[in-house]
Amino acid sequence: MAATAVVVPGCERPPPQAANPRPPYLFFNAEDAAFVEAAVARLIPADDAGPGALEAEVPAYIDRQLAGAWGAGGRMYRSGPWLAGTPEQGYQLPFTPAELFKNSLRAIAADVGKSNRGKLSKLEPQEQDAYLRSLENEPRDLGGVPSDVFFQLLLDMTVEGFFADPVYGGNKDMVGWKLVGFPGAYANYYEFVDQHGIRFTRPPMSLGQDAGGTVHLHPVSSPPAAAKGR
Amino acid sequence: MAARRPEVDAVLIGVGLVGTLLGRELTRAGLKVVGLERGEARDTVPDFQGPQVHDELRYAVRKALMSDNAKETLTFRHTSRGTALPVRRWESFLPGSGLGGSIVHWNGQTFRFQEDDFRQRSRLIERYGSKFIPADVTIQDWGVTAAELEPHFDRFEYLLGTSGKAGNLQGKKIPGGNIFEDPRSREYPTPPQKEPYGSAIFRKAADNLGYHTYPQPSCNLSQPYTNPEGLSLKTCTFCGFCERFGCEHFAKSTPLTVLLPVLLKDPNFELRTGCNVLRINLDGARKTATGVTYAGPNGEEVEQPASLVIVGMYAQNNARMLLLSGIGAPYDPATGKGVVGRNYAYQTMSYPQVFFDESININPFMRSGANGTMISDFAGDNFDHGPLGFIGGAYIGEIMTNGRPIGFHPTPPGTPRWGSAWKKAVARHYNHTSTINVHGSSVATRHNYLDLDPTYKDAWGLPLLRMTFDFPENDLRMSAYCTEKAVEIGRSMGGRLVTGAPRKRPYDMTEYQTTHNTGGTIMGTDPSTSVVNRYLQSWDVSNVFVIGASNFPQNGSYNPTDTVGALAYWSADAIVRKYLKSPGPLVPR
Repeated sequence: MAATAVVVPGCERPPPQAANPRPPYLFFNAEDAAFVEAAVARLIPADDAGPGALEAEVPAYIDRQLAGAWGAGGRMYRSGPWLAGTPEQGYQLPFTPAELFKNSLRAIAADVGKSNRGKLSKLEPQEQDAYLRSLENEPRDLGGVPSDVFFQLLLDMTVEGFFADPVYGGNKDMVGWKLVGFPGAYANYYEFVDQHGIRFTRPPMSLGQDAGGTVHLHPVSSPPAAAKGR
Repeated sequence: MAARRPEVDAVLIGVGLVGTLLGRELTRAGLKVVGLERGEARDTVPDFQGPQVHDELRYAVRKALMSDNAKETLTFRHTSRGTALPVRRWESFLPGSGLGGSIVHWNGQTFRFQEDDFRQRSRLIERYGSKFIPADVTIQDWGVTAAELEPHFDRFEYLLGTSGKAGNLQGKKIPGGNIFEDPRSREYPTPPQKEPYGSAIFRKAADNLGYHTYPQPSCNLSQPYTNPEGLSLKTCTFCGFCERFGCEHFAKSTPLTVLLPVLLKDPNFELRTGCNVLRINLDGARKTATGVTYAGPNGEEVEQPASLVIVGMYAQNNARMLLLSGIGAPYDPATGKGVVGRNYAYQTMSYPQVFFDESININPFMRSGANGTMISDFAGDNFDHGPLGFIGGAYIGEIMTNGRPIGFHPTPPGTPRWGSAWKKAVARHYNHTSTINVHGSSVATRHNYLDLDPTYKDAWGLPLLRMTFDFPENDLRMSAYCTEKAVEIGRSMGGRLVTGAPRKRPYDMTEYQTTHNTGGTIMGTDPSTSVVNRYLQSWDVSNVFVIGASNFPQNGSYNPTDTVGALAYWSADAIVRKYLKSPGPLVPR
């Protein structure tokens, strides 16, 4: 039947995708997202070498990782007692990555609010860099998380999201791969490996692209005579 | 009360490389064999298909093929005075899980250990005198010689189809191969892989310096090959997704490609996956194993009686199984007495890098897990240690396994860690940098060992293994010497900048170094200093055989897998030809 548009005053919704073409966040709230977007834009900035982490939608990558099994501490040993070890003993905090981010982002929101003009995204780039460097090099407590631990995870995830396959939400248009010249998920350089020094110029390939429907069968050439036992 | 399954002739703890080889040999001898694998069943089809297997994040970073730390990990400390803490995620080394074991995700670098490895203590004393060995270094002879193992190396390499060039055929030295190697009875089953650009540059530089270059022996095959089991391998495509990945091309030799399809069809063999062995059961006198108890896929305890028990897991897990089962006296570092957990060793790696001009396209993504050009002039005892004051050595080679950019984005020293300058340096150097691999030996010392952790438990409530390790002084001196040699070669490769730092203390569990852990259930000729005899049979419980890199009394300059395969065939041969005819100790205590 024909629909009649009824507009309830005060309930108008913006047309989908109009204002912000980026995918919706699953884990970050608006404040978290504003910080992470501002931070990754300084960690890997857009410049004359090409798009940066923000343009590559690295925040979407980080958001999905934190919202998923990895963020929940999947495949991570999570039994106590929780003791501070030496750096060489590795991560020993009781927080999952998701908990670590949430604690840190809450503490940072309060922290930036106290000393600056409210939000990292409102600062000048040089001030943003100085703030990030202070997290990195002058460790302080962020809700139980040492700020350098949070900074290192943020940096690691930014690099991951910039270079991981685009199916994970970052590396949009494979800009990270194009920057360095990595061809992605191709499977065969047999004809090229001994053509020393050639430039490989084919555009990169993502896992999300059709691989050509290659089918593999297990190549048993002859029935093994001894398989029945003796 | 554990459910009890009917008795079988042999039970395999782990169906990786060792379990698969032993399973095949024992079923062929007519035994009924049950293989217990804690991980998943899997195969090339459909589990390792392209393009999805070419996923750096899933496999290399998140380590999809490795054992799940949430279920089982180990604890680590530098010295016995410290408190060991759990390895909450794998970083420094990567034990696998699942059918086929860790060798499913190996690179395929396939070297034989040498006579000066197997008789290291005796050879050093013969050449340099007994005072040459540092007091706290507990290296030992293996109780087996290179000549005894040669047929088993040969058999294993022909199973795998290894690609390489012999350097010593029946005593005749052959330039272009590794002229330092012990005599081999015949040529490699397939020729070497193609040589990539960076390796070709290394070859020229090392040749000019008078070293003896040769192509790295590889189990990423150079051409199609059908092995003696009737299974076919294909040609490696240099896709750059080898280490940490399964191979969808049937080009990498693993139990999944070279043997399991045959074993799994054998009516004498039964595979049970999702079965985590909790302990080996012993009779009242604790001299004979009666079988094993395992937790099945949904956690229920099952007893599997067996006349013969093969312990064939990852090195540290072999040691842990004996400790959990009370087989053999645990090592005590205070007194130096006891054997299980003794002589844990690792590998002493460094990675010089050569930064080239932008006109040199290295194409790091066109690589296999094992194709490089290398020298053994500084491996083992191939050079005179007399004036140098250390023992052991390293092979040196331009060996790059991939150009996957999350893990590989080299920048010169002094580059900021982030920001525009970092990004530009990454873009500038990614395709114009070579990595040299300095793959160094690791001596055993009195202070490095494995035991059970008093605090932390696995998902089944059993104590985790505790690892106490730091790099021995001897190995730091070795690394300093060999790394400098590698840097000299790097300089003559024509790079704009060569960096290279030798391995330093403290050992860092958070940095990937290598998965070549050895020791803990070492082999030998003296029950007071070894866990198993020269046939890898437990000195204490003669129907238990323990096989793996855990048998190495110390680690050599080379990658361990070829030697593990040869030891497995050597032990299987002794079981079938000697033990089954007259069960009992093969070597008197």
